[in-house]
Parts: sequence; C-alpha cells; structure tokens
Amino acid sequence: MEATDLIGLLVIGGAAGVVSGLVGVGGGVLFVPGLVLFLEQTQVEAEATSLFAVVGVAAVGAYRQGGYGNLRLRDGLLVGVLSPLGVVVGTVVANEAPERALQILRSAPAVLRLSLGAPGDAQRRGGSIRGLERGVMFRP
Amino acid sequence: MPSRRLRLVGIGTAAGAFSALFGVGGGTVIVPLLIFWLAYEDREATGTSLAAIVVIAALGAGAHALYGNVDPLAGLLIGAPAVAGVLAGTALQQRLPERFVSTAFAVLLVTSATVLVLS
Repeated sequence: MEATDLIGLLVIGGAAGVVSGLVGVGGGVLFVPGLVLFLEQTQVEAEATSLFAVVGVAAVGAYRQGGYGNLRLRDGLLVGVLSPLGVVVGTVVANEAPERALQILRSAPAVLRLSLGAPGDAQRRGGSIRGLERGVMFRP
Repeated sequence: MPSRRLRLVGIGTAAGAFSALFGVGGGTVIVPLLIFWLAYEDREATGTSLAAIVVIAALGAGAHALYGNVDPLAGLLIGAPAVAGVLAGTALQQRLPERFVSTAFAVLLVTSATVLVLS
C-alpha cells in the first residue's frame, strides 16, 4: 500500500466518523467508496468490510449519545433486531424489480425529507402520520 | 393510526430492506422515520439510529464473514479513525443547533441520492 493510500483511508475514515456522529448513520456511505478507491477492494468486499467497521463506530457513537441523554436503547434494539425481516423483503424486491426503479427508490428518503422540511415542524404537528400528510400538503 | 410498536416494526423492516437493496446500514431511513413517525427529537433519533445500526451491521458483517468477504485489517484501518471521528461528531452535535443537524442530514441524503441516480 502506498503512503498516499494510507493517508486517504485515515482521512476518509475520520470524515465518515464525524458524519456518523453528526447525523446518526453508520458511515458506510464513505467507507465503501474509500475501500474501493484506496485498497482496490471489490464492491462486495468493500460493503462487507464497511459493515464490520460500522459495528464499532456505531457502538461507540450510540454509547456516547447515551451519555448525552439522546439514546432510547429499547427502541433502537427493536428496530435493529427486526431488520432481518426487511432484508428478506428487500432481497425479493431486488430480484424482481428493474434496476432503474431501485435507483429512483433509493432517493426516496431525500425526497421525503425535503418535502417535509425541518423535523421541528413535524413535532409541532404531533409527529404523527396525519401530521406527515398535512406537512406534505402545506409545503410547496 | 398504527401503534407505537407497530411503527417500530415498520421502521426496522424498511431499514433492513434498504440495507439489503443498497448496501447501506439503514441510518438514512431510520433517522427520518423516527422523527416523523415517533416524534423523536433530532439528536435522539441519531443516537437511537446508531444503536439499531450496531445490530444491523453486526448481522450483515457476520453473514459476509461466512463468505470470507470481510477484511478485518482494512476494517480496523478505516474504522479506527472513524471511532475518533464519531467521538468528535457526537460532541460537536451537542453544541450545534438542531436545525443544523437536520440540514446536514438533508445535504447528505440529497448528495448520495443524486450520485446514485446519475451514476
């Protein structure tokens, strides 16, 4: 490995960690391209290695957020434990749906987020599904 | 209106489905759904999302390890600075207004979605 690759890995790893702590994602969105770019891993190897790294990063992040009073552990564990159910659904969809439809679906969270505005508004609306509907109607 | 527990089931399923479809941890799905369905505050949603991701990523990494796809040394190399980063990121988050957190989240989502659709 070249020194520049090592530096690249360290920098992208650090950046992924900051993003993870700030917005509550695992950091795979940066780990995967970093591993492909600097270690020339295949896409599958990069995703596997990224998931491995994410376990430690998310655990430390969740622990710290617990200290700050921002963790509802039971809810988080319930969501995590139930995710294999979704993996089955996702795998079936991935094999049945056309590729282009998947790419567009991938952008759905961004569209949802943008159309609803700030989360503070959602709380004032009660954070309910009805609030979600009203939010969509009242926003351009 | 679905009960609170049913919504958590829905969020877990959605996160797992996105994770399987796109190879991401699911945080991009969990955080907004916790906020909009369960009226979480931003910081609470990000902290709770990280706890869910620990479980999701551990299951995924375990399955990949069975196929021999995990490179532990590479994982440590990129994960160690990330642990330092997450300490900084969570500390920084406590000092920033919540509005900034949601804006940063939106920027991340729009960027990754744009890259994916254009690629």
